[in-house]
Amino acid sequence: MKYVDEFRDAALGRALAGEILGQLEPGRHYKMMEVCGGHTHSIYKYGIDDLLPANVELVHGPGCPVCVIPMGRVDDGIGVALQEGVIFTCFGDMLRVPGSNGSLLDAKAQGADIRMVYSPLDALRIARQNPNREVVFFAIGFETTAPSTALTLKRARAEGIENFSCMCSHVTIVPPLRALLESPDLRLDGFIGPGHVSTVVGARPFEFIPADYAKPVVIAGFEPLDILQAIAMILRQLAEGRCEVENQYTRVVPYEGNERALEVMAEVFELRPHFEWRGLGFISHSGLRLSEAYADLDAERRFSVPGVRVADPKACQCGEVLKGVIKPWECKVFGTACTPERPIGTCMVSSEGACAAYYNYGRFAREREVV
Amino acid sequence: MTPESGGVMASRAPGTDREQKILGIIETARGKRSRFRDEHINMAHGAGGRATQSLVEGMFAPAFASASLLELADAGAVEVDGVGLALTTDAYVVKPLRFPGGSIGELAVNGTVNDLAVSGARPLALTLSLVLEEGMAADELRLEVDAIAAAAVDADAQIVAGDTKVVERGHADGMYICTSGIGRRDPRACLSPGRLAPGDRILLSGSIGEHGTAIMLARGEFDLAASIESDTRSLWPAVDALLQAVGPELRCMRDATRGGVASVLNELARSSSVAMLVREADVPVQPAVAGASEILGIDPLYVANEGKLVAFVAPDAVDRALSALRAVEGCEAATEIGEVRAEPPGMVLMQTGFGGRRVLDQLVGDPLPRIC
Repeated sequence: MKYVDEFRDAALGRALAGEILGQLEPGRHYKMMEVCGGHTHSIYKYGIDDLLPANVELVHGPGCPVCVIPMGRVDDGIGVALQEGVIFTCFGDMLRVPGSNGSLLDAKAQGADIRMVYSPLDALRIARQNPNREVVFFAIGFETTAPSTALTLKRARAEGIENFSCMCSHVTIVPPLRALLESPDLRLDGFIGPGHVSTVVGARPFEFIPADYAKPVVIAGFEPLDILQAIAMILRQLAEGRCEVENQYTRVVPYEGNERALEVMAEVFELRPHFEWRGLGFISHSGLRLSEAYADLDAERRFSVPGVRVADPKACQCGEVLKGVIKPWECKVFGTACTPERPIGTCMVSSEGACAAYYNYGRFAREREVV
Repeated sequence: MTPESGGVMASRAPGTDREQKILGIIETARGKRSRFRDEHINMAHGAGGRATQSLVEGMFAPAFASASLLELADAGAVEVDGVGLALTTDAYVVKPLRFPGGSIGELAVNGTVNDLAVSGARPLALTLSLVLEEGMAADELRLEVDAIAAAAVDADAQIVAGDTKVVERGHADGMYICTSGIGRRDPRACLSPGRLAPGDRILLSGSIGEHGTAIMLARGEFDLAASIESDTRSLWPAVDALLQAVGPELRCMRDATRGGVASVLNELARSSSVAMLVREADVPVQPAVAGASEILGIDPLYVANEGKLVAFVAPDAVDRALSALRAVEGCEAATEIGEVRAEPPGMVLMQTGFGGRRVLDQLVGDPLPRIC
C-alpha cells in the first residue's frame, strides 16, 4: 500500500532499534508510557516491544477511550438503549465493554436496537431515515473524536432533526495525565504523546509535563517507525539531559493544533465538574457534556439518565498498574476475580490493556536481552 | 534482539513465588475445557472465536458426546460395512444474498463440499433444506436454485434430497439454506490434528480475506467501493492434487472460513498441543483487501474465506505440495506461511512484517472495528 508501507519498513525499523540501543546507559531501566490506546494497538500489532531491549519497558497509559468508561456509564447507556422506540448507536469497540450487568452487545441480544456506526454522521443519517424513532449517539473518545460529534450536533440543529440526541461521554487527555503525574509513587521516565489528540489540541497542552514534572514528551504517529523513532527521541533527551515536548508527528500535528476544531468544541461542549474513569476514579474537569446552547440535543436530559454509580471493586488496582507502581500480577484480584472473560478494571477490559496482555501472554513473554 | 534466534518465547526464568502462583492459576483455568456461562446468545457465539468454542465445547460436545464429534473437525467420520465415509452439515445465512463473486446458493454447495474435502473425503451427495421468507421474489429464488445446481455439477456432487419451509415476512432475510454432505474418505488420506509435529510446514492455498471483505462491502454499511470478489469455490480439486502429490505426508487440513486463518491455526495449536509460527510477510493478501482492512481496522487473518485451505505437510513434502497446488485453478498463489513448533504449546506466534514477534490470538468476540 502506497504511503503506508513506507512507514512499516523493516530495515529502517532495525536501524532505529540499533539507534535505541546506542542511547542506553548500561544497567539503567527505562520505563515510558504510551498515553494513547492507538499506540498500544500498534505496539502489539507490529510486535514493537519485541524489538526493544528488556530494560526499555513500555507502560500502557489511560488513553483508551473505550476502556476508561466506567461501569455505571455503560449501565446508563444500556438503560437508554432499552427504552421503547430508541435506536442506540455507538462505535464498534464500545459494544463489548462490560457494565455491572452485561455489555451493550448483551443488551442487543436481549432486543435493544443497538447499531454500530463508524461516524456520528452515520448516526444522524439513521435519525433522518427513521423519523419515528429516537436515535441516540453514545459519544466517546478524547479530543480526537469530540470535534466530529460537535459538527454532527451542529448539523442536526441546522437541519432541524429532532429525533436525534447525544449521550456525551467524551473525555479530555490532560486531566488524567496530570492525575497520574501528581502521584508521588509514579515511576516513569517519559511519555509517548498522543498523536491523534494532538492534531486537535496541538503540542502546547503538554508543555506542563516537562515544565512541572521534568519528564520528556514526544508526540508520535501510529506507524511502527513513528513509535520507534519517538522512543529513540525520548532516550536521546534523557541521554542529553534535555526535557521538553518534541513533535515526531510533524506531518500531521501543528504546534497550535486545529483552531477550528477547538472552536466548535467550545461552542457545543462544556466541562463537567468531574467525570469518573474506570480504574482511576473521579477526575475533576476531565469529561465533556453538551453546553446549555445544545441542551435540547442532550440525551441525558431527554431520557432522564439516572447517573448510575457503580463503584470499581475496592481490590482493583488499575491505578497503580497504570502508574507503573505494581505489575499486573501484583494486583489483589488479578487472575482470580478479574479475568479477560470477566474483567473488573480498565487494564483487563481492553485486550491490549496491561493486565489482559499479561494474562494472555505472561508465561510466554520472551526473554529479551538486557543492555 | 535477533528475531531469528531459536527458542521462541522461552519460558521466563522463575519470578517471585507470587508471580509463579498466579501464572499457575491462569494455566489451570486455560487448560480446562471451555465452560458455557453466558445468559444469552449473542453475535459473538457465531463468529468462530472463543465464544463459539465455549458454546461447542461447553454445551454441545458434552450433550452429544461421540468420539468423532469431540475431534471438532469439519466433517465427522462414519464407517459403514468397512467403507469410510465423512458426513457434514452447515447452515448459510448471508446478507446480502448475492454479492460480488457469488451468492448464497453457490456458497451453500461449496461450503459443505469443502468441509468434506479438507477432511480427505471425495464429495458424493448433498441434501438441501431451504427456509424461505414469505414474499421472496420467485426470480430471486430461481437464480439461487440455478446457482446451487451449477455449483453441484462443478463439485461433482448430486443433490439427492431436500426440504422447503416458508416463514413469515420479516424472518430469514430472504432465505436461509442448510446443506448436508456425504463423502467417501480417500484411501490416500491419513489426516488428523494428532499427526502435527514440530517442523511441519504450514501451507496456504492462496490470498486471504476476500470473501469476508466482499460481503462487508456489499452490505453497503461503509461508504467504500472496491473490486473485491468472494473466493467461493470447491476445494476438492486442490485436495485431490495434494493427496496425489504427497499422500501421507499431508498431516491435516482445514478450510479457513469463519474466523479466518488465525482461528484455524489457533484451534489446531490448541487441540494438538503444538505451537505455530506464522511469517506475516509471506501471507498473501490482495492489495484491495489490504486497503479495505486497513480502513476498517480489521485484520485479514481473521476474515472469512470460502475457497482457501490451510494444509500442514512434512518438511520434505513442501515443494511437491506447492507445485501440485499451484497447478490447480484458484490456488496459483499457494505458498508456505510458517511452521509448526513445539513451544509454547497451544499458541500461535507471528513474525510481523515489521520484524517484531507477537501472539496471533484467538478471536474473543465478533471482529469489531476500533475507534482508536
